[in-house]
Amino acid sequence: MSSAVVILAAVATGSIPAANALAYARWPRRSPATAIVLWQGLGLGWGLATVGALLGIGAFGNGLGVASGALARLASLTRSGALRPALTLISAIQLVCLAAGFALLATLCWILVAASATVLRARQRQRMLLNLLAHGDPKVPGALVVDHPAAAAYCLPGLRSTIVLSAGVLALLDDDELAAVLAHERAHLRERHDLVLLPFSALLRAFRWAAVARRAQRAVALLVEMHADDRALRHRSAKELATALLRVGAAGGGAVPSGALAAIDCATDGDVTARVIRLLRPSPGLSPAARVLTGLTAAAAVAVPAALLALPLH
Amino acid sequence: MNRLGELERAIMDVLWEAADPLSVREVSGRLTDRDLAHTTVMTVLDRLAKKGFARRERSGRAWHYRAAESREAYVTELMLSALDQTGDRQAALARFARSVSGTEAEALLRALGALGEGAGG
Repeated sequence: MSSAVVILAAVATGSIPAANALAYARWPRRSPATAIVLWQGLGLGWGLATVGALLGIGAFGNGLGVASGALARLASLTRSGALRPALTLISAIQLVCLAAGFALLATLCWILVAASATVLRARQRQRMLLNLLAHGDPKVPGALVVDHPAAAAYCLPGLRSTIVLSAGVLALLDDDELAAVLAHERAHLRERHDLVLLPFSALLRAFRWAAVARRAQRAVALLVEMHADDRALRHRSAKELATALLRVGAAGGGAVPSGALAAIDCATDGDVTARVIRLLRPSPGLSPAARVLTGLTAAAAVAVPAALLALPLH
Repeated sequence: MNRLGELERAIMDVLWEAADPLSVREVSGRLTDRDLAHTTVMTVLDRLAKKGFARRERSGRAWHYRAAESREAYVTELMLSALDQTGDRQAALARFARSVSGTEAEALLRALGALGEGAGG
């Protein structure tokens, strides 16, 4: 089991600099979908490896696999005091690691549940309000319109998904640009990009102090937008989409009475620009070989820690 | 939108337009284009009160209903939650474009204009 623990610890610590490198790399913009898969593999691999390494240290020396060993150690702790082995410094450290491993596993599961619940509540509130306030418009078939002068366009994912546009956006964009917005939002809804983003947003909420969590969330959010841009280009021209992005971005919801928005806007200034430049000067996507290699890397990042956790290796 | 949703919306419109709290009978009376049973209107008003969109108060022997917030307040809430893209909001709603500074957008729009029709497609 010692080699398993060493590999798990290496994957756990290695995935942090790997995530930082991926956040700063330029190639993901060429093939956003491929890069998103790598982010998912890296995130899941990090979680499995970190939990696995902690449990592995905690269960070290009982000749079982990581997961079975950790459970056996947990079971032995609940036995009566007379049968319990004496507490040494090493066994104390092992106990701390064991506890930390189970605590991290519980935390990761919990933040996913909590984030999903928050998201579902926010969407339900939106649906109730839209039901009372929004109306259709022949200019944007299938979408809902809210009478507000600020420029806002967004989608509400879920089983009954909706695209919502403000009257401000309808006034701001011409028909072709509106069609580009709709094509972009439909791609989000069709491919459930909200589910891609959810674990990264949940991770950020739990580890707000970790710069890597913030970088990962922001990188995945931008890649999801770029991927939806790519999908929209199947139906609309790059110029229409880029113009729509710039007009909506420049309008920025300034008419909404909230001081809090200004600070957020500054922090994300570069994202729209990056998307527009990408639309105007498209670079060729990754070669099929590079895409396959990236996919295999993502699969390995999950499969290796999962196997080391589950299998009784020595 | 289902029938119940339509009714809720029509009744909220009545409450928003009214200056004073309305009784169930008054609400029914103002839903001119519909022929609804008294109990139906009462049920929907009750639902709206439970969801927090309507407030009810007793006046004499009957309940009177009014909108909890103005229509504008709800529209503002919708827009704010759409434009606020911190953390969970971003996962709940995907916004088309976040803000970009005016000068930057103008420069890029000029570049787009210079491309002319059909270019960049």
